[in-house]
Amino acid sequence: MGLELKNLYDDFRNAETIKAYAKIIKEDAKKLEKPMNIMEVCGGHTHTIMKYGILQLLPQNIKFVHGPGCPVCIMPKERIDHAYVLAMQSDVILVTLGDMIKVPGSHGSLQNARSKGADVRFVYSPLDCLKIANENPDKKVIFFAIGFETTTPMTAALLNAVINKDIKNIFFHINHVTVPEAMAALLSDAACNIDAFLGPAHVSVISGSKIYEEFPRDYAKPVVVSGFEPVDVMQSISMIVKQFVEKRCELEVEYKRAVTHEGNLKAQELIEKFFEKAQNFRWRGLGDIPRSGLRLRDVYKELNAEVIYQDILPTQEINDHKLCICGDILKGKATPPECSIFGTACKPTTPVGSCMVSSEGACAAYYKYGNMI
Amino acid sequence: MCLSIPSKVVKIDKETNLATVDTMGVQRDASLDLMSEDEVKIGDYVLLHIGFIMNKIDEEDALLSLETYREIIAQMDEEDRQRVILEDDNCANRAF
Repeated sequence: MGLELKNLYDDFRNAETIKAYAKIIKEDAKKLEKPMNIMEVCGGHTHTIMKYGILQLLPQNIKFVHGPGCPVCIMPKERIDHAYVLAMQSDVILVTLGDMIKVPGSHGSLQNARSKGADVRFVYSPLDCLKIANENPDKKVIFFAIGFETTTPMTAALLNAVINKDIKNIFFHINHVTVPEAMAALLSDAACNIDAFLGPAHVSVISGSKIYEEFPRDYAKPVVVSGFEPVDVMQSISMIVKQFVEKRCELEVEYKRAVTHEGNLKAQELIEKFFEKAQNFRWRGLGDIPRSGLRLRDVYKELNAEVIYQDILPTQEINDHKLCICGDILKGKATPPECSIFGTACKPTTPVGSCMVSSEGACAAYYKYGNMI
Repeated sequence: MCLSIPSKVVKIDKETNLATVDTMGVQRDASLDLMSEDEVKIGDYVLLHIGFIMNKIDEEDALLSLETYREIIAQMDEEDRQRVILEDDNCANRAF
């Protein structure tokens, strides 16, 4: 029997399969010695869990702790302000992906900057910068790069194109971060109560499942790398529960159709060519996590907007509004409904924190799907 | 943001290093810059992310997963059937 494209969607969303796994999990969970907290690292998984009501399908002794896998949510205000300041330069076209447009910095969002006359463009692909630069030869196109390992190779591909085609008016502000360091930082937080991880799907496609080996080995925490569809998530939860019942602690891959141990080596080579680990990156909510951010290698400093514009880019760390508990939410210490301004002062149309703006943010997920609870 | 979508490759342009992919009827171009030369063929299922092909979907593994799901559903059905029979065995209104 052949595989059709619709199988890759429908069959991994099949209600009967979801119900079957719910039954299996329920039976196995009876043998758990104590309640279990699973952290789904990736915001996309938070959304699947909320959208398909997976919380309601699980027994009471299995809970989710929502992780910081939302690149917009973890962007500290001072970096958003960098984007704002760069956008306000009259000869700059600031280009970025997705939700960055609406995230509030201390002066406002990039959307606010646009209403003040800044040229800010939202693109589907980093390669769209090439067309923008070509059509605006007298402007400086600055690509404000965000994202985890999934998105970093695409920025690297743009860097490659800029160098190969000798393009003079594209520059980069790099805000790429890496997942394993954040996972380790969370585990070292004494208040953190994570028993196992649901590993990110598409970070793992690029990096390979090899990046999680340290977790079962050094931290005694199982990791199951899961696809994004609800059947994937249910199967992964089942695999985690079985590990606990059978007293195993391993790295497993549920998302076998897309994730290998080694990952995409060509993508990794491209990343290695242009980037190195920065000493620190300050994550919103989690604080400084050493070697969790990427910077452009010095040999490419002529393309580095952070170097070129260092005189005007603010350096002071800026904290969030005092009522915003995105920090605790990103650490898995609180859930969105526990925030005093959730759904009132802070809504998708008037976000106070990034977790409400981003399509992968926990607050946005709870707001959109939470009525089902 | 990392939500990438499975698509089928319908055309490859070696000059521009772009592939045309079909996602449930919608066609778009995607860069092959992250794939090795000749790695992607027409008819392959691939994962797309922000304008790039990230990897190929392993058809065999996908089919194995689907087979696993069929088996657990069959097993559930069998257990349900047996349970219904057992409950029926305790039925007081049996004619025989």
